[in-house]
Amino acid sequence: MSDHWVAVLSGGLSHEREVSLRSGRRLSAALRSAGLVVEEWDADAQLLTRLREHRPDAVVVALHGGEGENGSVQTVLEMLDVPFVGTDSRACRRAWDKPTAKAELARAGLSTPDWAVLPHATFRELGAQPVLDAMVDKLGLPLMLKPDQGGSALGAQVVREAAELPAAMVGCLAYGDTVLAERYVEGVEVAVAVVDGPDGPRALPPVEIVPESGVYDYTARYTAGLTDFHAPARLDEKAAQAVGELAVAAHRLLGLRDVSRTDAVVAPDGTVYFLEVNVSPGLTETSLLPMAVEAAGQSLGEIYAGLVERAVNR
Amino acid sequence: MNLPGQPPKQGARSLDPHLRRYAARTAGMTASEIRALFAVASRPEVVSLAGGMPHLAALPLESLSAEVADVVATDGLVALQYGSAQGIPELREQICDIMALEGINAHPDDVVVTVGSQMGLDMVTRIFCDPGDVVLAEGPSYVGALGSFSAYQANVVHVAMDADGLVPEALREAIRAVEQAGQRVKFLYTIPNFHNPAGVTLAVERRAEVLEICRQHGILVVEDNPYGLLGFDGVTYPALRSTDPDNVVYLGSFSKTFAAGLRVGWVLAPHAVREKLVLAAESATLCPPTFNQLVVSRYLSTHDWKGQIKIYREAYRERRDAAIEALEQHMPLGSTWNKPNGGFYVWLTVPEGIDTKAMLPRAITQRVAYASGTGFYADGLGSRQLRISYCYPTPERIREGVRRLANVIKDELELHETFGPSTPRPVSGPQTPSPDTA
Repeated sequence: MSDHWVAVLSGGLSHEREVSLRSGRRLSAALRSAGLVVEEWDADAQLLTRLREHRPDAVVVALHGGEGENGSVQTVLEMLDVPFVGTDSRACRRAWDKPTAKAELARAGLSTPDWAVLPHATFRELGAQPVLDAMVDKLGLPLMLKPDQGGSALGAQVVREAAELPAAMVGCLAYGDTVLAERYVEGVEVAVAVVDGPDGPRALPPVEIVPESGVYDYTARYTAGLTDFHAPARLDEKAAQAVGELAVAAHRLLGLRDVSRTDAVVAPDGTVYFLEVNVSPGLTETSLLPMAVEAAGQSLGEIYAGLVERAVNR
Repeated sequence: MNLPGQPPKQGARSLDPHLRRYAARTAGMTASEIRALFAVASRPEVVSLAGGMPHLAALPLESLSAEVADVVATDGLVALQYGSAQGIPELREQICDIMALEGINAHPDDVVVTVGSQMGLDMVTRIFCDPGDVVLAEGPSYVGALGSFSAYQANVVHVAMDADGLVPEALREAIRAVEQAGQRVKFLYTIPNFHNPAGVTLAVERRAEVLEICRQHGILVVEDNPYGLLGFDGVTYPALRSTDPDNVVYLGSFSKTFAAGLRVGWVLAPHAVREKLVLAAESATLCPPTFNQLVVSRYLSTHDWKGQIKIYREAYRERRDAAIEALEQHMPLGSTWNKPNGGFYVWLTVPEGIDTKAMLPRAITQRVAYASGTGFYADGLGSRQLRISYCYPTPERIREGVRRLANVIKDELELHETFGPSTPRPVSGPQTPSPDTA
């Protein structure tokens, strides 16, 4: 049992504040059950004062979206020399920007659905319809539209008909200035958590996601019962190994640290496609990482207490 | 796919083992992207024009705390004990004095104290509505009422309003259409004064006509009047109940005139209805909180509550003025709004093509929150509208919030100029603010 005291950061001002608060509460309870002393802090104007005055042994970032995942909070922690669980600021920036992460993995020879990244300004200046037409010509339909940064599927939408595109673009661009359009790959949707240990990063059992509506959107993610899960995923041995290797490769290539979650899809031909990676995976009652931890026969408190220990000794 | 009533697929793990047990009425009770966004609205960086929270800073907290302590010291054994399901008699008498200001001549025996008027609304819907029954309500209407109607699986048919409130001819037309469809209207739900969210007031000359139409068609009137004493010109309009005691159920509240957190409201109902309400209330809560009732009663007897209402009115008038001035200064062409003479809300129509629900994430990014219009309709309308609540922020914050909102609308307009007007993106789950912002 560790006797470290840690500050769990949750909340913040991103669109995912609600989810983050839930993650923070769950993680705090898990860490307390592992014997740590825990305080839950919001990422607000008091944060720096608190960090300086209280100097926790480590900070665990349970912020989702925005400042908590784009490297900003991590930069502050680094400037103050406060140990923290999670990826450093530079790698956060790479992983947070979905197109950057996809490009990096594609360069390394991993499969990821074809994509296009376009800011609103391009549509405005070149005319929306010709650009949308070119997008459909290049990527085909259906398409997955999502903000180029952000999580919890906020603003994400599967577009099956070209006529739906303008409305979907408006919905997506309400969350940010740039849209990531991706060829939609049908297949088995999985999430693979990766946790660093003494022998390097290891993949936890993949979790298969089967949303009732067919789309794993915000409602399907956070309404218990609207999605079925299989942990471990119903994949043959080869595919299960492939998704694990993909997640570990993403973790390594992007320079991620401690914990990450890679979302992927296994196509009917067996190809494993990287979709995106998350440096601060959700830890709520309906989140995927806790399911993977359970499938691995471990507890959330045990995993994160180990990561705190690593952070303190780093 | 797992539907209620179906077992999960072989080997699948459902995070809700009770999924098959839920009543059909829970179908819409799902997580909502829009609702989650309101978590950010509680942060001080965000100017929240979303919530209808009263300006409690205007209350005399020091003298109130002394009275509250004295309630425990002198009446503790009563205050902390179960009470009557109908509410304590002294408070019911005081409630009758308050309603007299709106021309209501009521007997305390016909008053049922409730846990906020929201509970009254729930009780009224419970005793009158079977699944599929029709409730008529102004369009738009109070989001909490629509929630109650939905919970009892009643169908809401909206009736149009104009600057003078509910339009009698539209009411006749709506009744005719429902009757022709072979459906049954159980009651008209109306907020005649300083409407939530529309901000309009039912013209006095229309009141008798509305009552007469309902009488002719055998339709009960449920009059929800939380804002009636908060008119900025000092005029208190005659309640519908004042002229039709046999066909109007009146809902009142201390939430807007005293303290929302105490959750004390009431229903004034014809005798037979009142009997049913008491039994329904008993099964829901046994009794309204005795302590809270005694606090309200003590406040009414020891404080200048009419003077307090004047203080509230002045504060809300100042905030209304700030909101209207800022709207005039900042809103882009194509936006329209009303200037309410009381209450908490301005109803804003944004330029054509904009969907205020889809725009909300952009607003949150720019640190301003509002309630999008679709939550105030049961039929999907309202995508071009939003509600501005001016009751809680300071005038300075209201001006800043409206300025930010105008910028959000201008950005959204630019987006629509790029992509053209579009059909709103369907988003499942409740679209409305959570209770702390409703």
